[in-house]
Amino acid sequence: MTASLANYELVTPDSLAEVLDDLAAHPGARPFAGGTDLMVVLEAGHLPAGRYVSMANCPQLRGMERPVAGGLVIGALTTFTEIRESEAIDAGFGMLKQAASDTGGVATQNRGTIGGNIANASPAADTPPVLIAYDAALELLSSAGSRRVPYAAFHRGYKEMDLQPGEIVARILLPARGVGWRDHFRKVGTRRAQAISKVCFAGSILMDGARILDVRIALGSVAPTVVRATAAEAALRGRTLDAQTVAAAIDALTSAIAPIDDIRSTARYRTRVAANLLREFLTQRAAG
Amino acid sequence: MRVAVTLNGRPLWLDGHPMARLLDVLRASGMTGTKEGCGEGECGACAVLLDGRLVNSCLTPLAHAEGMSITTIEGVATESTLHAIQSAFLECGGAQCGICTPGMVLAAYELLWRHPDPTEDQIRIALAGNLCRCTGYMRIFASVLEAARKLR
Repeated sequence: MTASLANYELVTPDSLAEVLDDLAAHPGARPFAGGTDLMVVLEAGHLPAGRYVSMANCPQLRGMERPVAGGLVIGALTTFTEIRESEAIDAGFGMLKQAASDTGGVATQNRGTIGGNIANASPAADTPPVLIAYDAALELLSSAGSRRVPYAAFHRGYKEMDLQPGEIVARILLPARGVGWRDHFRKVGTRRAQAISKVCFAGSILMDGARILDVRIALGSVAPTVVRATAAEAALRGRTLDAQTVAAAIDALTSAIAPIDDIRSTARYRTRVAANLLREFLTQRAAG
Repeated sequence: MRVAVTLNGRPLWLDGHPMARLLDVLRASGMTGTKEGCGEGECGACAVLLDGRLVNSCLTPLAHAEGMSITTIEGVATESTLHAIQSAFLECGGAQCGICTPGMVLAAYELLWRHPDPTEDQIRIALAGNLCRCTGYMRIFASVLEAARKLR
């Protein structure tokens, strides 16, 4: 143990309402979910001092439901294991299971939560690209009430989110899947298990014969936040899927992303892999 | 804070800062079979079972153990008899230096509880969060297969 615990408070209110009240009453207090990210930062000596509010007693933020209108609602405290094992997810949201299975090992999946994966705001997290490809919205909660925001606009800069003081990510809302969408998820890391991504790709596409009716593409680890590849999408939407269209989309993608050199990979490699993953999606998956 | 837990079947109190790592609290309580490896959730040496689920105790704050049942490696064998998983590790050469072994055994324990007849792929996935620098893993996979056979 390297960090001095005297600088920290961790309280566990008895209910969700009390968590929200506590966050409102203590400006600067931060919510604490599974701890699989924050405890690493604590041990490294980089966790900001102060008050942390555990959500361990908020059962209404755990688990998944399928609304009558279709789609999927995921409580922010749902663990990767619960997602991986869920039967509610099979119909149409398979990429979410893949991303949950690819996040850490079993011990991490048993504690880590999807809401924590979002609010930790790592650009290398694996579920966020999937959520963008599925056009997710977030339900944010505070003692003052709730609001909904589109997830694609939630991450504003490195570790900057559209989250007010005292507000938590409460639920992830995935709209019903239309008929005929084809999905492609792929995480590229040093090894299959337990490695943090070099590049993570999630894409979803709707074709009419050779024509692209609609497409959503998102990537992790290629910019300061998870990014939706809007330029590449624009280069695809309404076009005929041929070699020229694929090349134009790759150009649009590679000029829009801003990967870095770091301990896990290089900017050059990441750009190349991002282009290859887009090509793989379009030539292998989209074409059916 | 004072946290009520069941540790290896015995109800007791654990004392410490709510954000203290369960790893440190367990070791201070005498359960030194739980090892510290990386301290950042990568290696699995500190793995324990919390209400039957594998967790890295270095990433679990004491507060999150409140009311839970904790199984450490000390709770796997009985007073006089090794668990079948431990015997299999001995017979198959699944343990060398031993630092990863408590976590490996507990990861295998969770796996075999959920999948009594695992495929080699399921074993590899279940143990993917546990690093071993000695064995090269093949003997560990063989140990888990042998343990599954013993337990059937």
